[in-house]
Amino acid sequence: MEVIGKSVIRKEALEKVTGRAKYTNDYHSVSMLSGHKVISPFGHAKIVDIDTEEAWKVPGVHAILAGNHYPLTGEAIRDRPVIAVDKVRYHGEVVALVVADSPEQAKTAGDLIKVQYELLPVVNSPTQAFQKDAPLVHERLGEYKKEEDSHPVPDTNIATHIKIRKGNMEKGWSESDTVVEATFSFAPSDHAAMETRCATAEIMPDGNIIIMTSSQAPFMVKRLISDYFGEDLGKIIVHTPFVGGAYGGKAPVQLEILAYLASKEVGGKPVKIFNTREEDIITSPCHIGLDATVKLGADRNGKIRAAEIQHLWDGGAYSDKAIDVTRSGAVDCTGPYNIENVWCDSYCMYTNHPYASPFRGFSHSELSFVIERTMDLLAQKLNMDPLELRYINAIRPGNTTPTRVRLNKSNLGNLPKCIEKVREIFNWDEGPVKEINERFIRVKGVSCSWKTSTIDTNAPSGAIITFNKDGSLNLMTGVIEIGTGTKTVLAQILAERLKMDVDKIHVRMEVDTQTMPEHFKTVASRGTFMAGRAVLNAADDVINQLKEVAACALRAPKEDLEVADSRVFLRDDPAIGLHFKEVGYGYTYPNGNAIGGQIIGRGKYILRHLTHLDPETGAGKPGPEWSVAAYGVEVEFDRRDYTYRVVKACTVVDIGKVLNEKAALGQVMGAMSMGIAFASRETFYFDELGRVLNPQLRTYRPLRYGENPEYLVGFVETPQLDSPYGARGVGEFGLMGMPGALGNALSVAAGVSLNHLPLIPELIWKAKEGET
Amino acid sequence: MKFHTITLNINGNNRVVTVRSADTLLYALRGKLGLTGSKPGCLNGDCGACTVNLDGWPMKSCLMLAVEAIGKKVTTIEGLQNAPIQQAFVENFAFQCGYCTPGFIMNCHSLIEQHPDADDEKIKEWLESNICRCTGYAEIERAVKSVLKKNRVP
Repeated sequence: MEVIGKSVIRKEALEKVTGRAKYTNDYHSVSMLSGHKVISPFGHAKIVDIDTEEAWKVPGVHAILAGNHYPLTGEAIRDRPVIAVDKVRYHGEVVALVVADSPEQAKTAGDLIKVQYELLPVVNSPTQAFQKDAPLVHERLGEYKKEEDSHPVPDTNIATHIKIRKGNMEKGWSESDTVVEATFSFAPSDHAAMETRCATAEIMPDGNIIIMTSSQAPFMVKRLISDYFGEDLGKIIVHTPFVGGAYGGKAPVQLEILAYLASKEVGGKPVKIFNTREEDIITSPCHIGLDATVKLGADRNGKIRAAEIQHLWDGGAYSDKAIDVTRSGAVDCTGPYNIENVWCDSYCMYTNHPYASPFRGFSHSELSFVIERTMDLLAQKLNMDPLELRYINAIRPGNTTPTRVRLNKSNLGNLPKCIEKVREIFNWDEGPVKEINERFIRVKGVSCSWKTSTIDTNAPSGAIITFNKDGSLNLMTGVIEIGTGTKTVLAQILAERLKMDVDKIHVRMEVDTQTMPEHFKTVASRGTFMAGRAVLNAADDVINQLKEVAACALRAPKEDLEVADSRVFLRDDPAIGLHFKEVGYGYTYPNGNAIGGQIIGRGKYILRHLTHLDPETGAGKPGPEWSVAAYGVEVEFDRRDYTYRVVKACTVVDIGKVLNEKAALGQVMGAMSMGIAFASRETFYFDELGRVLNPQLRTYRPLRYGENPEYLVGFVETPQLDSPYGARGVGEFGLMGMPGALGNALSVAAGVSLNHLPLIPELIWKAKEGET
Repeated sequence: MKFHTITLNINGNNRVVTVRSADTLLYALRGKLGLTGSKPGCLNGDCGACTVNLDGWPMKSCLMLAVEAIGKKVTTIEGLQNAPIQQAFVENFAFQCGYCTPGFIMNCHSLIEQHPDADDEKIKEWLESNICRCTGYAEIERAVKSVLKKNRVP
């Protein structure tokens, strides 16, 4: 391999270190109007009256959108008004939108809008939502339009119910000598991408709708706006420049719709909708919360025989993507262990919280926390080494998943190998507990995770390659550069296939939905796999076209030709051949005759063999492959005041094949940092009115420089045979095991089972004090 | 509403802009001068994405008014030409999405200029004022230290 595996410098590196890289909010024109959102100050309230009279008097105001019944929106269930009518269902929900010449004018006017509310009882947790007498968040749940895979229960707060029924529970429990059961919970939190969300829209005289958005899913924006409002699909053109961090939070479609409606209201003029940090945290979709109960049974050898799991996901006020997150949480509910008897009820609950979107790992950091804590409780009860317990139960080729997919060496990563490597680099065998002195203790905790990407069964991707006259290539895909470096990796995949210098491949960074082939969404660690397959397909097309033209020019059969080093040449006599610059734009004979023309390679890919899940048993194939990882976290715990420091964090992931080493390490370390922050400090604090009390980066605190641990990262390479060069997804894995490993380490350190997040000293103190 | 026509020294050039009393330096840089390298991330000093260099020191441009910058030398990310820290960020993969990068680089650059002998404690004290949500900070640490080390070689 010449290019694959190398730490090729990212294609957009210079733009990003010089401040020239542009993000959605960096595009502004003098004629662009500004939108300002008026948001709900309460979690659940009836809107009695909206008075806009004073607001209209502010100079520069063009429109005020409030109280209109626009079509309902939502991906899995159409349950969400774009702008609240009749009642608000979460703190931060948009109740009015002001459009004015400048952001200051829009805000001034917005502040003058008087909204009269009448408070309604608040549903403040999914467990409360699940109770029979709970207030209803949606009274008309039964009337909403929905997708086939959504199973709402009318007259309850259940947005969907996913069932996994595998094996025979009676048999499983009868074979279990040791049983543990525990309940867990954590509230919603946030992605906190550094770029807050932004969207602009303009409607042209011919009806073309031009949108620019900081989105992971511009093709979804196009599709949904067409679906919701009956616009012609081809007239919606969505541009996405660089995106300043996303982590799943920019997969839902929200501000784009506001911008579209606003532009429509002002005769098609361009309008920008930009989130303040506070709005980005509460108004736009957040990271899902969860209440869960897990019961595991094992025989005397430690083999797990039965698992019964209940998830109550905190989908928030609107179901949007939370329904898919719920399904994804159910299909991998057991964690990466071979369990023949599985019973899982995964419910997506409506609450009066900000609504949920995907979060890096798409339910897997959450489900891993509850499983991995229970695994440690089981190890404790069995008096077994927790890493050994995981090793003997690790899922292997030949086993089946909870949804009964038969696993093999290609569609499953090698967990035993990951565990072995953690044992080694995390130095597990020195023992998990080290006494420092009376006050301090160092403790190690471990965990494992797995994941398949539950995405649309027919999700597509595509690639287009064009040639320049100098023999260099342009590569265009619909993958968004959200920070993962995928577009550089795709160039590496192309360079490797064409055996050429990666510097001669130019990558189009901005995506627009009119001229670029659709890539489903830049989510679920599927960019490299799906777009990579499309790029390989396009590369083969290019090779074929190069050979066709060269065969004619060189008067040799196609079969005798090779492509490498930007040349097409005779295999047996490489000196006879043509450079790309002589064939990429067609070949011109000495007398002026020409053949060929610009080579335009096209490639495509669509996921195969995925199915819907059986609504009664969950049986079905939800995703293409399962990758796996094992983790360790070492803390230094202060027994005096329950504070602690994360000293080391370790991740070993089966990556299939390392495509760009430094980029892969960066993905894993960055995800670990995010996972540690989620586990140790990030949460929304709600009051009794459902208000989020900490919607700022000083009260909602991601990790800062120097608060990070020492990172230990290892890779295992078990190729996924149908993926480019065998690569598996990597971007989410570093995060998924951190909450479990941290919880396990701290539970040992504090000597009390810690089943809630975030693991702040106060929580540990309360658990400890509550115990004594 | 009061407007002021003021002269600001930005990246070595005197620029005349008309601003409101309430306009922050960040707002003026981005909205009036098209210098969009400085990013809004929180608009209250929490994140550091808008950091610029003011008379040699790092300053969060969302925390000062444009009129307060009169008579000061302002350097934004656009004014940094081939600074060693930029190359170090590239080589060490010290950015991912790139949104916090201009602010981080301006802060690192100021640190390197002010404290060429900065130790771990000093680096932490300076850099903890910026948030990077993508990396785990290990790459940024390596980038800063690589420049400090190079500068120290006699």
